[in-house]
Amino acid sequence: MNMAVLSLNEVASTRVDLLTVAEMVQPGSRVLDVGCGDGALLELLSERRSVDGRGIELSQAGVNECVAKGLHVIQGDADTDLVAYPDDAFDYVILSQTLQATFAPKTVLEHMLRIGRRAIVSFPNFGHWRIRTHLAFRGRMPVTETLNQAWYDTPNIHFCTIRDFVALTQLVNARVEKAVALDQAGHPVRVDAPWWFWNIFGQQAVFLLRRG
Amino acid sequence: MTTRALKSPLRLSEVDNPSSLVARFGPADPLRLDCGVELSPFQIAYQTYGELDARKANAVLVCHALTADQHLANRHPVTGAQGWWTTMVGPGRPIDTNRFFVICTNVLGACMGTTGPASINPETGRPWGLDFPMVTIRDMVRAQAKLLDRLGIDSLFCVLGGSMGGMQVLQWAASYPERVFCALPIATAAKHTAQNIAFHEVGRQAVMADPDWRKGRYAEEGTRPSKGLGVARMAAHITYLSEKALHRKFGRNLQDREAPTFSFDADFQVESYLRHQGMSFVERFDANSYLYVTRAMDYFDLAADYGGVLARAFQGSSTRFCVVSFTSDWLFPTADSRATVHALNAAGGSVSFVEIATDKGHDAFLLDVPELFATTGGFIDAAARARGLGPARLISEGMVSGLPQERAEDRIEEARPARSSSKAGSGR
Repeated sequence: MNMAVLSLNEVASTRVDLLTVAEMVQPGSRVLDVGCGDGALLELLSERRSVDGRGIELSQAGVNECVAKGLHVIQGDADTDLVAYPDDAFDYVILSQTLQATFAPKTVLEHMLRIGRRAIVSFPNFGHWRIRTHLAFRGRMPVTETLNQAWYDTPNIHFCTIRDFVALTQLVNARVEKAVALDQAGHPVRVDAPWWFWNIFGQQAVFLLRRG
Repeated sequence: MTTRALKSPLRLSEVDNPSSLVARFGPADPLRLDCGVELSPFQIAYQTYGELDARKANAVLVCHALTADQHLANRHPVTGAQGWWTTMVGPGRPIDTNRFFVICTNVLGACMGTTGPASINPETGRPWGLDFPMVTIRDMVRAQAKLLDRLGIDSLFCVLGGSMGGMQVLQWAASYPERVFCALPIATAAKHTAQNIAFHEVGRQAVMADPDWRKGRYAEEGTRPSKGLGVARMAAHITYLSEKALHRKFGRNLQDREAPTFSFDADFQVESYLRHQGMSFVERFDANSYLYVTRAMDYFDLAADYGGVLARAFQGSSTRFCVVSFTSDWLFPTADSRATVHALNAAGGSVSFVEIATDKGHDAFLLDVPELFATTGGFIDAAARARGLGPARLISEGMVSGLPQERAEDRIEEARPARSSSKAGSGR
């Protein structure tokens, strides 16, 4: 990843996973951000990449914040609303840190690849070594800095590891064009490392997919 | 009743000589209606608030609902009640009259100064009655466009409205996409459903079953179908609320009594409330207008004009949309708004959508619902920036155009808390 183009200040003030996603988007493209939250990524994309962006967000507060920023965001749900979008409506459909909170991740991914020519998915890696050790030694569901809710409170109902996700991409017949794993500090894990290495040291992963 | 004796002449005088601005269109300027008739002459009564800027870029059109009118932010000339949308429109409101030039027209077929069945038919010298041609939502919008032409306003910064007003917003966006910068359809639908047509039919049959209706010739015969129109309003009013809101407001509470009277008197508060709604409605509205305007809503099916595909109505549109629905609205449920949103998505349109959680039912768009103002305010503000409109200016009351002088006092009156029931009662 060409992170060098971003100044240190920018990196400090913006979530690295969002920047990583932004790096994957071609300037001037049409983008749908599924689960866009307060619109941080859409704003970043329209500033840096001049995209024509749209969003879907579950929470009313999130939608209001987005609308007040001048973003085009509809209140809705990845599980129920993607079905209404026509084929090839967007260049990219992005699912940022939301996959694990959907009811049907496989169906959502299939819709993303139908609606968009490319799909970008970022998710927390449940195979990260800290999570493994947490489960192995404490015998309890892991609660970490980034995944900080107890199992009975968390909206994250479908965790997966990087290897699980790679298997899912094969299942839905998607091609991985690019993949980045970020370590605890938000730095990319060595590019030439094998999947098993990423699966242990990547705290989160960002995948750029296209139909196979 | 004495109030009726007092108010009726006032209401009737508003039909042809409204106490608002009015634009008259002569024989050279007919209005072509969907039913094939060329309506001429005709007039449009309208109200304006705020000032048009030098570029004529800050005009906002507010479209009113079924039984509301142009008096959205001033005291009503017949009822004396405050304007029906002062929560949304006014200084410092989401539609800030210090920033925007707000226009609201009485719709075609209504009875507050725009030509309708209560108006005098110039050919006969009598009220039109049922000789008035059937009008549609598209006809209402055509009439509004003619008014804007006359005012020299090529494009609107925003068109907004709730319920039937929202239907006009959608029609505006479809018919004149190049004239609408942003559109705010609230608690509405791109078509009237079977259930809604059914409710309207009950209302119309109630009017026509009243012996005083006289086949629509009640004005000449000196009668008024108050009973029928009152019942129509009572039935309709239920659909504007939610079960929860009714329960919260009234429950099974008795009206001014300790025990049931074992009669058909209005024992329950909810009965008394509905009777009041029905009675106050007939003081301000014309029965034939009620037939015509409900019919216009029934005929509304935007997709039908575009081969049955709603997305085609918005194809290529650059209008920015913000669609709003309410969770407890069972008259225009969220699914209706979602259908519009999906069509806009399919057309590649710029659309935002929010479903606001409230138990206030369909009426929520007229009431004090902070989330509604947060959403619409944010949308309007962002769109104004995109349009290059400046922030609100401090304008003295005297600069408000289109308002008679005494309106400045109304502003002060408006600051008083209003009873929500009476305010909502005149808004749709």
